[in-house]
Amino acid sequence: MKERITGAEALMRSLVNEGVKTIFGYPGGAIMPVFDALYDYRDRLNHILVRHEQGATHAAQGYARVSGEVGCCLVTSGPGATNTITGIADAMIDSTPMVVICGQVGTAMLGTDAFQEVDVVGITSPISKWNFQIRRAEDVAWAVSRAFYIAKSGRPGPVVLDFAKNAQTGMVDYEPAKVDFIRSYDPEPQPSEEAIKKAAKMIDDSVKPFVLVGQGVELGNAQPELKEFLEKAQIPAGCTLLGLSALPTDHPLNMGMLGMHGNLGPNVMTNQCDLLIAIGMRFDDRVTGNLKTYARQAKIIHFDIDPSEFDKNVKVDLPVLGNCKQTLAAVTKLISPAKHNSWINGFKPYAEKEYNKVIEKAINPTQGPLLMAEVVRKVSEAANNEAILVTDVGQNQMFGCRYFKFTKPRSVVTSGGCGTMGFGLPAAIGATFGAPDRTVCLFVGDGGLQMTIQELGTIMEQGSPVKIILLNNNFLGNVRQWQAMFFNHRYSFTPMANPDYEKIAEAYGIPAHTVVEREDLDNSIKVMLQTPGPYLLQCAVLEEDNVLPMTPPGADVDKMLLEVPE
Amino acid sequence: MPNQSNDCNTCGKCDNAAREKNSTKNGMPLHTIIVYSENISGLLSQITAVFTRRQVNIETLNVCASSTPGVHKYTITCYCDTEMAEMLKKQMEKRIDVLQANYFTDDQIYIQETALFKLSTPVILENNRISKVIRLHDAKIVEVNPTYSIVEKTGLTEEILSLFESLTKLECILQFVRSGRIAVTKSRIEKLDEYIQLREQKRAQILEQ
Repeated sequence: MKERITGAEALMRSLVNEGVKTIFGYPGGAIMPVFDALYDYRDRLNHILVRHEQGATHAAQGYARVSGEVGCCLVTSGPGATNTITGIADAMIDSTPMVVICGQVGTAMLGTDAFQEVDVVGITSPISKWNFQIRRAEDVAWAVSRAFYIAKSGRPGPVVLDFAKNAQTGMVDYEPAKVDFIRSYDPEPQPSEEAIKKAAKMIDDSVKPFVLVGQGVELGNAQPELKEFLEKAQIPAGCTLLGLSALPTDHPLNMGMLGMHGNLGPNVMTNQCDLLIAIGMRFDDRVTGNLKTYARQAKIIHFDIDPSEFDKNVKVDLPVLGNCKQTLAAVTKLISPAKHNSWINGFKPYAEKEYNKVIEKAINPTQGPLLMAEVVRKVSEAANNEAILVTDVGQNQMFGCRYFKFTKPRSVVTSGGCGTMGFGLPAAIGATFGAPDRTVCLFVGDGGLQMTIQELGTIMEQGSPVKIILLNNNFLGNVRQWQAMFFNHRYSFTPMANPDYEKIAEAYGIPAHTVVEREDLDNSIKVMLQTPGPYLLQCAVLEEDNVLPMTPPGADVDKMLLEVPE
Repeated sequence: MPNQSNDCNTCGKCDNAAREKNSTKNGMPLHTIIVYSENISGLLSQITAVFTRRQVNIETLNVCASSTPGVHKYTITCYCDTEMAEMLKKQMEKRIDVLQANYFTDDQIYIQETALFKLSTPVILENNRISKVIRLHDAKIVEVNPTYSIVEKTGLTEEILSLFESLTKLECILQFVRSGRIAVTKSRIEKLDEYIQLREQKRAQILEQ
């Protein structure tokens, strides 16, 4: 039973077919027929009007990361599309499922430098998992289904649909389409039994095994399989930035965060283990430090769904291809129960050393200005360690991820690979739509907040319950720290004059409060969490605080600095 | 263009084949990468972008329909080590519409290239060494008119370049063009057919569900 409708309406029906409920978007000339069709679908498709297209992409990312669904954006051609580029690149490197639909001039005008015409397919090709220009209304159903299939299957990623105006207005005998197979694309490769057996043997034979938990565990919904695997063989684990909530923070086998500003124990022990088991992670340079000395003593097993990750940065002894939900379960069946008590105990002195030299001072200061770490830890605990952590990028991100605690999966939303300042505020908005029953806490600096500050308008309009914790140090703090450590304290354009953020919040009708004194902190956090809807809590934090420990860029992973050298 | 040989001026039949086998640049061997993709526009730029991003220069590139309907074949040569060739293969196969990418050294494939030379007929008539050189190189004269003659040479890169050098010295060339390398594998197994067969089985499985 075909019905003759416009391409724009075909898009609406296709989105409904794909289960889309929320769209983040911004209208404009070349997407107007679609927005006109959307007007009749408001009861089925909740369109959130953002204040800038970049915000739409980050909101869709936040939505996708906490819900596991595909985030969806709808924007116009030209500048509307180019404004989404940062979000698309961010979603690509952080494997976030997202479909961006942008308007395009009519096919008759393509290539003529028409008004608001940009070669979107050309620009987004290297930063998207797939892209396609819809030139005929007949292609809408197929293209949308293929886009969602590609975005969410295998290693997820962003897909761009460039929707020509004549295809929006053209008529089509609409028939729903369902793409669940592409000949040239195998998203869930069959695990090799031989590799599983070999992995089990290597694990059984190891004396000092160590697991690196990546976001792949969250993307594969393999958190229970991971726990079972670790507990059966009693293997200690470290988590990457994006993998932090795949394992509860206080799980006895969770040794902490990996990487440049991670915990001392897991970084040092990477270079002491005899078997490194990487699960759904990609050996980013911020995790490995100097590759020439990284885990050279260890055999390495790498579980991943993307074959191009094997041997990309680190040569591995055994790749195990497949969805870790299956491969981990299969390996767990084969391995023998084990205990690695003395090996696990070996992490303790490093944890104690880090606690004494860094952590205690950071979370329990008794004098001086507020510290970022204490604010983060207090917020986390006040929310029973059950909230979703959203961060911007910089010191707020590193302190946020170091000191926030996680008890639930899919609880960390941060820009890992791309390091996009301005990501936090819109991503937090998206997270409130993706997980409406959870508390969403955003830690953001005074630099990053101002990069997408216009999204306060979205929060105002939607009443999005984002708890914004502004860690204000009047500096671009992370760059300042590097200037102090590696550029002879030459603070080149990192001090920043700030506006009155309480007044800004007031203008948007968002309740706000500023904490200066330590005595005021606990109660202010309580008020923030108890106030329904959005809230801005500005914390006047120590201006020249440093994130520690730190592996300087390119240094050996086990040579972490616990203090800034004089 | 690959390094021009400078030790072989007249004969296209010497040990060029052996030298081709060991062709290297900056210590990197020459790899031939054969890529198969669905026939979808825009893929060529996605494939070449993989090389650009990893700072590998493409030496030659040929694109044409393959023997499998709807499948395009790209034959690409570049100087890189095996690790890089493996990375290029994986990154190309990561593109959704690429079916398969494989890399080969020269001993694993049968290679051919074609060149066309447009020569000045009056100069050829003045200098009888020119037609001798053409015959020595086993090249074919495919067109002659009072103004120009066209010579076609099919063979290995070095053979073609050797002829080019000889003719350059004889100052008779008006135009010269060399095709990219084309190659077929010497293996008895057709990897692409196997892959497509496996995938069609998978499609049937999904349809059943």
